[in-house]
Amino acid sequence: MKQSTRNVVGFAVLAVLLAVLFYWNINTGSVHLSLERIFTLLRWGNDGSMEGNILWKIRLSRLLGAALLGGALSIAGFLLQTFFKNPIAGPFVLGISSGSRLFVGFFLLAATPIVTGNFSPYVIFLAAFAGALAAMALVLAVSSRVQNLAMLLVIGMMIGYICDAGTDFMITFAESNQLQNFTVWTMGSFSGLTWATLGASALITFPTVLLVFLLSKPLGAYLLGESYAKSMGVNIKGFRVALILLSSILSACVTAFAGPISFVGIAVPHITRMLFRTSRPMVLIPATFLTGSVFCLACDLIARTAFAPTELTISTVTSVLGAPVVIWLMIKRRRNS
Amino acid sequence: MYFETQKLSVGYHRQPLIKDIDIGIWQGGILCLIGPNGSGKSTILRSITRHLAKLGGVVTIGGGDLDKMSDKELARHVSVVLTDRVEPDLMTCWEVVAAGRYPYTNHFGKLSQEDQRIVEESMKRVNALDLREQRFTELSDGQKQRVLLARALCQQPEVIVLDEPTSYLDIRHKIELLNILREMTAGRGLSVVLSLHEVDLATKLADVVVLVKDNAIFRCGAPEDVLNDSIIRQLYGIHDGTFNLLLGSVELCGAAGNPRVFVVPGEGRGAPCFRALQKRGIPFATGILQRCDVDCAVSETLAARRYTADSFSPPASDTLRAAIAAACGSACVVDSGAAIGAYNQENMELLRAAAKAGVPILTLRREALKVLGAARRFDTVRALADEAARLVSTGKGGASCPSSGAISDAIAGTA
Repeated sequence: MKQSTRNVVGFAVLAVLLAVLFYWNINTGSVHLSLERIFTLLRWGNDGSMEGNILWKIRLSRLLGAALLGGALSIAGFLLQTFFKNPIAGPFVLGISSGSRLFVGFFLLAATPIVTGNFSPYVIFLAAFAGALAAMALVLAVSSRVQNLAMLLVIGMMIGYICDAGTDFMITFAESNQLQNFTVWTMGSFSGLTWATLGASALITFPTVLLVFLLSKPLGAYLLGESYAKSMGVNIKGFRVALILLSSILSACVTAFAGPISFVGIAVPHITRMLFRTSRPMVLIPATFLTGSVFCLACDLIARTAFAPTELTISTVTSVLGAPVVIWLMIKRRRNS
Repeated sequence: MYFETQKLSVGYHRQPLIKDIDIGIWQGGILCLIGPNGSGKSTILRSITRHLAKLGGVVTIGGGDLDKMSDKELARHVSVVLTDRVEPDLMTCWEVVAAGRYPYTNHFGKLSQEDQRIVEESMKRVNALDLREQRFTELSDGQKQRVLLARALCQQPEVIVLDEPTSYLDIRHKIELLNILREMTAGRGLSVVLSLHEVDLATKLADVVVLVKDNAIFRCGAPEDVLNDSIIRQLYGIHDGTFNLLLGSVELCGAAGNPRVFVVPGEGRGAPCFRALQKRGIPFATGILQRCDVDCAVSETLAARRYTADSFSPPASDTLRAAIAAACGSACVVDSGAAIGAYNQENMELLRAAAKAGVPILTLRREALKVLGAARRFDTVRALADEAARLVSTGKGGASCPSSGAISDAIAGTA
């Protein structure tokens, strides 16, 4: 198949899947809505009926959040894989999500006695961003000493464990009334998303992804390795800083509003490459975002319905689907080298 | 000089490794760095291309200081082929080459018609146009190197810097690559700076060679003037073999000790016999060797003893006598089958004397020689060398210990 045809088909398939999953997600649960009813409600807003409330207050924000944050997380993984030249890098395995979780946890638990009421989502995001950068700084400091790809992952995981230990420590000694929201969040779920947090994530995610897209050209040159990229005129220092900041913003945003979600960041960019058979960032960036949306919508659907009425955490599902992808990657790499 | 360094100082972590490097090349010239592993060739190249911060001095191109250029400007003047492994998953060769247009395209890297034409032309010049839709990672090393060279060309530089571009290539691909480099420089006024492992290739390719040894510039100049066998032995610190620049080849050291086999050489036919004996650990003598014979160059470190004659001249009479004595005292004499004519007819006398003394003669000669009636003929060097080894080990050879009388008889007969 010609590459241009493949691109068109790929995007068309993703668009159809996205539409189907939107419909399916809206319709799954105790209340059934007809397609016509959905359009009416979407067109005219919440009419105050039970169906309207379910659509607007529960399902819509959740599915939009899953689509948005799933895309953001996948792009974060794509950037980290480019940065570390490591196909198995991602915000979760490198401990970046755990860093965010630790900082948000510390912030929420330490501040709750002082501040009452809800926090602005942007404040929580900033805490998560600080945590992401701190974890990233640690990973970078250690990885500059070891050049080995596998070691990088071990280091990331260890940093993740240390951060998680910190979070668990705080949970152990926290008052039970502080914990109710916190524990749900800390497991990773799209259920906690409100219109306010959704708005904040959209405001953070869209400009960031746009910036990533504007970096398509240097990202493409970077595929040939840092030395070649430099020799072609890429400002390596600036580019690396941009990659770190953008990937940290995206993964922090996801962790701040949906908690740590495993394996999406690793698996989705590879699934996208398999689908599109290209490494051109101009194609890959939007495609990865869409694939991430589809992947997370599907996972959220499974999380909600597989053992209904009990709901699984999103990571339970993404791990089961994403971890095999990582194993497959490891085997493929071993075979090549 | 179009491209030159002045008092360039290079190294790592602010520690200068090589100081005061003054090298340069004119437009359309090829400059080649040679030297042993770890001598600092790559360090120099990486400093020139700014992959490594230089520690002092100036690098200029057409009079312009490289330091004053942005990365993108530099990219329009200098492009590189590096030793780094390139593994761009899923990228086609066309895409790899087109990446070279980076410093010329707009913010999104869109290729104009002109850009596409240049990409195509670059691929054509390295004979890689048929690879355009292939995945880069699926290519052979030779193809990869050609595509990477096309990428460097596509950047339309004035200078291309190549770090050991021939390292993983077989002979055919080496020749192909070096021919492309020569064509590029001749046709386009493009200058090339490269490092090579193969000294013999450097002599054939470069206009200027720079010899780097122990973190210093050891010699510098035209290869025809700078390079000779002894300089190369010094450069690489060779003690246990020789390098012959004319032949472009390496010879190892032969087995030491008293020669047990005598080889009658000539026309380069002795060389395979020398090597076969060396591999079996048999020390051997050889003669009479004309100095102009290629066997003379090859036998330098292989033979335990040599009996030589000046070029196109008969040997001195005591040399001949000593050679005959040595031949008669050997476990066997190997006749390499070289033609015997006016300048080397002493070799015929030598064979005749040895035959007379009862030394077994093993020959590779196709046509029968009257004097060698008793000689045993072999079709392959291997069979011959095996037989020689057997004779040496059993100590048999008819006259492994010929009486001094027999030898002096034989000598008297010829002289």
